[in-house]
Amino acid sequence: MLSNLVIFILAAFIGFEVISKVPQTLHTPLMSGTNAISGITIVGALVATGMIESPWAKWIGFAALIVATINVVGGFLVTDRMLQMFKPKRRDSKEPSSNAA
Amino acid sequence: MQNIILLAYLGAAVLFILGMKRLQSPATARTGNRLAAIGMLIAVAATLLQQRILSPVEMIGGFVVGAAVGMLLARRVAMTSMPELVAVFNGFGGLASALVAGGEIARYLSVEPGGGAVAQVAQSMAALAPLDVPEAITVVLCILIGTITFSGSFVAFGKLGGHLSGNPVSFPGMRVLTVLAALGALGAGGYLIYGAGGSFEAMDMQAIMWGALALGFLSLVLGIFLVIPIGGADMPVVVALLNAYSGLAAAATGFMLDNTALIVSGALVGASGLILTSIMCEAMNRSLLNVLLGGFGGDNDGGGPAVEGARPDLTVQETSVEDVAIQLTYAEQVIVVPGYGMAVAQAQHQVRELSDMLQAQGVTVKYAIHPVAGRMPGHMNVLLAEADVPYDQLYEMDDINSEFGMTDVSLVIGANDVVNPSARTDKASPIYGMPILDVDRSGTVVVLKRSLRPGYSGIDNMLFYHDNTRMLFGDAKDSLAKLVAAVKNL
Repeated sequence: MLSNLVIFILAAFIGFEVISKVPQTLHTPLMSGTNAISGITIVGALVATGMIESPWAKWIGFAALIVATINVVGGFLVTDRMLQMFKPKRRDSKEPSSNAA
Repeated sequence: MQNIILLAYLGAAVLFILGMKRLQSPATARTGNRLAAIGMLIAVAATLLQQRILSPVEMIGGFVVGAAVGMLLARRVAMTSMPELVAVFNGFGGLASALVAGGEIARYLSVEPGGGAVAQVAQSMAALAPLDVPEAITVVLCILIGTITFSGSFVAFGKLGGHLSGNPVSFPGMRVLTVLAALGALGAGGYLIYGAGGSFEAMDMQAIMWGALALGFLSLVLGIFLVIPIGGADMPVVVALLNAYSGLAAAATGFMLDNTALIVSGALVGASGLILTSIMCEAMNRSLLNVLLGGFGGDNDGGGPAVEGARPDLTVQETSVEDVAIQLTYAEQVIVVPGYGMAVAQAQHQVRELSDMLQAQGVTVKYAIHPVAGRMPGHMNVLLAEADVPYDQLYEMDDINSEFGMTDVSLVIGANDVVNPSARTDKASPIYGMPILDVDRSGTVVVLKRSLRPGYSGIDNMLFYHDNTRMLFGDAKDSLAKLVAAVKNL
């Protein structure tokens, strides 16, 4: 329990360090991406679904597995969909004198 | 075997961190997201390996159903509705944590007092240890945070999507009921913990079951009560906060299952959500407590006590499309200030078209993005990216504020409170102290707006009456299309 707490606190510090440097431009993908990561509960859901000794535990785990999978798959996909839209300046509009329009 | 799985979890955690690190630049962000997805795959594969496939049909079925729904949601969602989708995903994350805790409880309930089913339990892969007090505390936290995240997120979803009123909902005695629900949840959690014990004989199964059920129900109610009094304008903060909760719920699940992958990921997500929450609060100059107590800001334009043109003693200067077109074309630098009104009018593409034409004429065009532009952190940036605006033309408030003094024309499109100079000057204003974009310092400010109605906060905007401000009334999309045509004809 105590060593878990150590891991938790250290991971939180790493999170603060890494995420405070994410620019505002990417805050929405950051949220949906971290959201997908919080779907890591899927691991717990798998453990619960494997509980053969109790049908209740198994079916509750099954429900958890579905919602966690929605979270993981949907989260990563929608983040990817957003990130592919972010493009740097196109070459033709870089020079103010060009007549791209 | 156990070591391999632990190493796999460590690998997954490292990939999550590296993935988030790559989100520090739009150029590397996409590979970062993929790294995180690979990390998730490794964590899932390791877990399957550890559990062996005990019930393959259910597991595959769960994966297929969940993946199909997730894919459908991710593909279908419009970028303007991104806040709703994130809220829903948050909710599912919380629900999953609460359900996993429920599954743990169900396992204990299948153990008969006196050890009747213990032999059967021993056959199971994960041996069941008695629920002692520390573990019971993690179960309580898991149900509490997970369920609040779930119901709170769905209320936020309803408010963001317009299914529920965006106005702060309140009724007499609401605060009292909220406090009662919170106390009740604590009591139920305490009852569950009271049922815990060092051995199966010492455990009170009835207390554990009823404690868990009551806790789940009261947390559900509590989540609704906590979010429903908060106004639509504050939803970005709430969504960010619920994001943090979903991380904490995952971490609590990790403590419960003694699983480091969940603890590390949960901590990362919790940190991320808290950072975003504090950024949003700072950008609105409000404390988190002030947001959570609610009652501020309605959902629609004019939700406050406002009347049209609240200052009849002052006059605004109207301008025409032709005049604006000339001003823009002869400017050296133009800064576009988009607000949510632009997104509502779906005018992003016209904005980009106009800025492309101006750039072709040699005008420097920049976009100034206020942190609370849009309905979630960074929302405006995604909407502009969708309209093909290159991300290196988007500037954050602190980077661009010094440039307004050197700017010929600022084009304010559907933004209001974030450019209200009263925030700087008028100590009596409710938004005094909120950091704003200093558009009033530019040569000319052109405000594209439907009418003189105030924004979310219902506060009149003195910017509209300034000497260097010109109002271009009308639908933003319509006005911009006309501007594009006018610039073309010059």
